[in-house]
Amino acid sequence: MTDAEPLDAWKPAASFEALRRRASLYADIRQFFADREVLEVDTPMLSGAMNPDHQIESLAVNHADSPRYLHTSPEFPMKRLLAAGSGPIWQLCRVFRKGEIGRRHNPEFTMLEWYRPGFDEHQLMQEVTALLEAVQGGPVATQVVSYREAFRQQAGFDPLAIDLAELRRLTRTRFDWSDDERDSMLDLWLAEVVEPGLPPDVLTYIHAWPDSMAALARIEPDRDSGVPVARRFEAFWQGMELANGYFELTDAAEQTQRFEREHRLRARGRQHVAPMDRYLQAALVAGMPECAGVALGVDRLLMALTGEKDIRRVLAFPEDRA
Amino acid sequence: MSRARLKTTDESIMATYSTNEFKGGLKVLLDGDPCTIVDNEFVKPGKGQAFNRVRLKNLKTGRVWERTFKSGESIESADVMDLDMEYVYTDGEFWHFMKTDGSFEQYGASGEAVREAQDWLKEQEVYTVTLWNDAVLTVTPPNFVELQIVETDPGVRGDTATGGTKPATLSTGAVVKVPLFIDNNEVIRVDTRSGEYVSRAK
Repeated sequence: MTDAEPLDAWKPAASFEALRRRASLYADIRQFFADREVLEVDTPMLSGAMNPDHQIESLAVNHADSPRYLHTSPEFPMKRLLAAGSGPIWQLCRVFRKGEIGRRHNPEFTMLEWYRPGFDEHQLMQEVTALLEAVQGGPVATQVVSYREAFRQQAGFDPLAIDLAELRRLTRTRFDWSDDERDSMLDLWLAEVVEPGLPPDVLTYIHAWPDSMAALARIEPDRDSGVPVARRFEAFWQGMELANGYFELTDAAEQTQRFEREHRLRARGRQHVAPMDRYLQAALVAGMPECAGVALGVDRLLMALTGEKDIRRVLAFPEDRA
Repeated sequence: MSRARLKTTDESIMATYSTNEFKGGLKVLLDGDPCTIVDNEFVKPGKGQAFNRVRLKNLKTGRVWERTFKSGESIESADVMDLDMEYVYTDGEFWHFMKTDGSFEQYGASGEAVREAQDWLKEQEVYTVTLWNDAVLTVTPPNFVELQIVETDPGVRGDTATGGTKPATLSTGAVVKVPLFIDNNEVIRVDTRSGEYVSRAK
């Protein structure tokens, strides 16, 4: 790189006002979970296993003779705690995702993740709303809409029923781009059409996702249509994707199948494939309680609370100054 | 900046850029045309496909368009460079420019390539010549040029306050609006971006 670095690059990219807001946000979050008697936990950032999700890249770290990976979320060790009988738990931590740099992305970011035994995804959505109201200090308008309905309203087609050829035609017309992968095209429509069309001031939960996007959420037939959908939700607020939650899969065999699918997709995309997390698998075999879990991007929450449009403005030292 | 080098079958060397190298000013080939990247935005649903939403300017047509790339995709770089060159002469078919590095190397630009600069061409003036594969793609004039008026109504002495204007034809054939006090044969300074009179040349 020959680009001249600004002379003030040693200074924080965020204002002290934003940094103070971050500190008070952390305090509010701690208070929220203390009031609800949810246990704060810490799990390792470095792990011998890697998140197999083919859409998320881990950073590998040299560690003695075996590779270690920086976690992309604390999901796997937190699930081991749940299986070991922890009860409800929460964690605030730094996570790492390779190559994610943009106005809403920093490769190192702060995640709030929590799990609620006995909750389903709808109960957990209500708790997400309660948290946002607590940190904002006032009521937040909400709406809950299915993935299918959100696409019908914003994009004008049924994402579960549309055939691949038609989806490709629509995508090519709208974006001058198309792909053989159905999910990639739906992701593009979601990010570029559905999400920007949501009312920014209304906290919107999109739930009942296509089963191919279930990740580690349970798949069950939709009550109205009978089409299998994932019991997953995402929360959108102030024009941003803020949180992703599941009614968690607890079936060990099915989880292994899903990981194997991700490994196949990784192999096909010539991405790195690492061994599966055998501790997580053993924990699920031992039995994880029925629960719902959610991960929330804290830097984006801070953006929503302060009105900042660039994540750099809420980070003391974003990646280009780190 | 790392540039992946690939050998193509015809043994020519082709450089490519991956989306994670995209930034403003990068010159790339898209649908066979040289383009410059204007803006690059990373877009990614948390659990989904990552994209780069890129705005590019086609250097041949000047048209700006938006393209979406899957993150990690590579596109071919365009061998495009901007050089300072002095305008020498035209033979009617080509407009000839000479490098200012002392090599006296000359390049002929087609009428299409000089289109935007044609109204502002003056011998010995230095222009930005954009080369693509060693041929002139476009010629960009400096922001200000000084040109002589070859035809205008006689100047109205002392009228510097009324703000009235009149057309004046310059040595290049371009017509600009000038204040009423400007006279024939005077040399004036013109903003080439707006085509507007700025001042008398000093």
